[in-house]
Amino acid sequence: MNNNAERFRRELLIRVIRGYLDGTLRKDIDRIPIELRPKTMEAASRCCVYKDRAVTKYRLMAMLGCGVEEEVDEAKSLAEYLDDAEKRTELSPNILSVLDIACQACVESQYIVTNACRGCFARPCTFTCPRGAITVVGRQAKIDKSKCIDCGKCTKVCPYSAIIRVPIPCEESCPVGAIKKDETGKEKIDFEKCISCGKCLKACPFSAVLERSQIIDILKALKSGKEVVAMVAPSIIGQFPNRLEQIAEALSLVGFSEMEEVAFGAEKTTRNETAEFFEKMAAGDPLMTTSCCPAYVEAVKRHVPQLLKYVSHTKSPMGYSAEMVKKRSPEAVTVFIGPCVAKRKEAQSDANTDYVMTYEELGALFAALEINLSELHGITLLREADGYARGFATSCGVTSAILQDKAMADSTEKPNAKFINGLDKKSMKLLPLYANGKLPGNFLEVMACEGGCVGGPCSLRDVNLAALAVKKQVEETK
Amino acid sequence: MEKIKVEICVGTTCFVLGASALQDIEMFLPEELKDKVEITGANCLGLCKNSHFGDAPFVRINESIIVSQATIDSVINEIKKLVK
Repeated sequence: MNNNAERFRRELLIRVIRGYLDGTLRKDIDRIPIELRPKTMEAASRCCVYKDRAVTKYRLMAMLGCGVEEEVDEAKSLAEYLDDAEKRTELSPNILSVLDIACQACVESQYIVTNACRGCFARPCTFTCPRGAITVVGRQAKIDKSKCIDCGKCTKVCPYSAIIRVPIPCEESCPVGAIKKDETGKEKIDFEKCISCGKCLKACPFSAVLERSQIIDILKALKSGKEVVAMVAPSIIGQFPNRLEQIAEALSLVGFSEMEEVAFGAEKTTRNETAEFFEKMAAGDPLMTTSCCPAYVEAVKRHVPQLLKYVSHTKSPMGYSAEMVKKRSPEAVTVFIGPCVAKRKEAQSDANTDYVMTYEELGALFAALEINLSELHGITLLREADGYARGFATSCGVTSAILQDKAMADSTEKPNAKFINGLDKKSMKLLPLYANGKLPGNFLEVMACEGGCVGGPCSLRDVNLAALAVKKQVEETK
Repeated sequence: MEKIKVEICVGTTCFVLGASALQDIEMFLPEELKDKVEITGANCLGLCKNSHFGDAPFVRINESIIVSQATIDSVINEIKKLVK
């Protein structure tokens, strides 16, 4: 973690969880915005502490799982929203929303001349601009917004690097152009286009994109004494500086009845994906792509439908794990724990996965209960998942698992594997080319997050450090 | 000269609130400080208890100086003060 926005979100989460578990949340929740931003506070994060408080209130609403866009009465208290959260039995299909009062309506102008401009004699900018949009007025170059086509050529030729591009961070991060300004200049998410990847959530420097949490629903299930199973994604390794055995013990201290490694599901995904690859190739298909990344699957459905026939039908590791858990204990509540926003979407169409919790929320839960993982001995795991299956968490991990699968090892036919490590505007353009057979390869692995799941928007640790930890574990349990 | 002892709390609260980003502080130490500092992880310094968890992550220098809401920058600045 390296910014104030993440820190603040985690601090709020810890307060919400702690309050809910010790029964004081209803009484105290409306005080949280004031406690964190008292009027005596010198430096507000925004224009004043009152605005900070208002934003904090909406942030808390999202943490309670209530949609800020559904607000009818501004005077409704957080305590009342908490009542709603406790009463609900169904989750809303909307996952992300932009908090209009926090959105700064970032400037539309993409290229600006800074005061580093000397108004030089050579003036390469005016010569390079293909639309004649730049003129020098006084001693400063000026860009005529009505003529500028955002080509960026001027930034490259200025000897003083005086012309810069100012991006709109959320729009820049969205691979599919789903977040755009509305008529007021504030950002809005188009849910027809949105693939729930969560990149905008991480990108917005004002933390104006909110994600609806299910933490109250999960805590309620834990409090009720029901059997609640924690299904931890393969990327859990590397999220904490601790062993999986210690994480299992911490989960049981929290009240989960057991920890299920989703890597077990990944073992099944590997077997079925390999078998499906051979079937598809035998049937004459030119290509098969992976299907375990829900943001990628959404991207195909919503933006590259011609590729859909090549996406494998094999379930994701989460799908198989939840199926296995429900088979042995049909009454159990299943909670998938991972770094992913899009899994919330996938879980809504998977009857076996009840809730989704992020690593950030899990970390906050441990902190709220003052569980220090390093002090725990750890619980012996009944069975360790296969190393390759644990490797699903990193880019190329699915392919590595499939290549070592027995059916694959026994076969003379090897896939020509290609990878897309992270979806962005550029790599999105490759998808139709794969669909039309314009690019080589008959097996395509796509991960929406760069680095794979370890680079997910709700992870706790730097993607490189987390990836290293996963790779180490893979080597040890091969 | 005795080395300056820097303990980074790797208890879960500190880790979640930012100590995970302090792990590679060694890489950011200026050359002149590298052999003057000994960096270790500490298993919960106990500072996050009560309601003060908001000040995590904590780093302790020479058993006495506590850096709260520690960042790589603020820790290095504290170390520099001791060297002068």
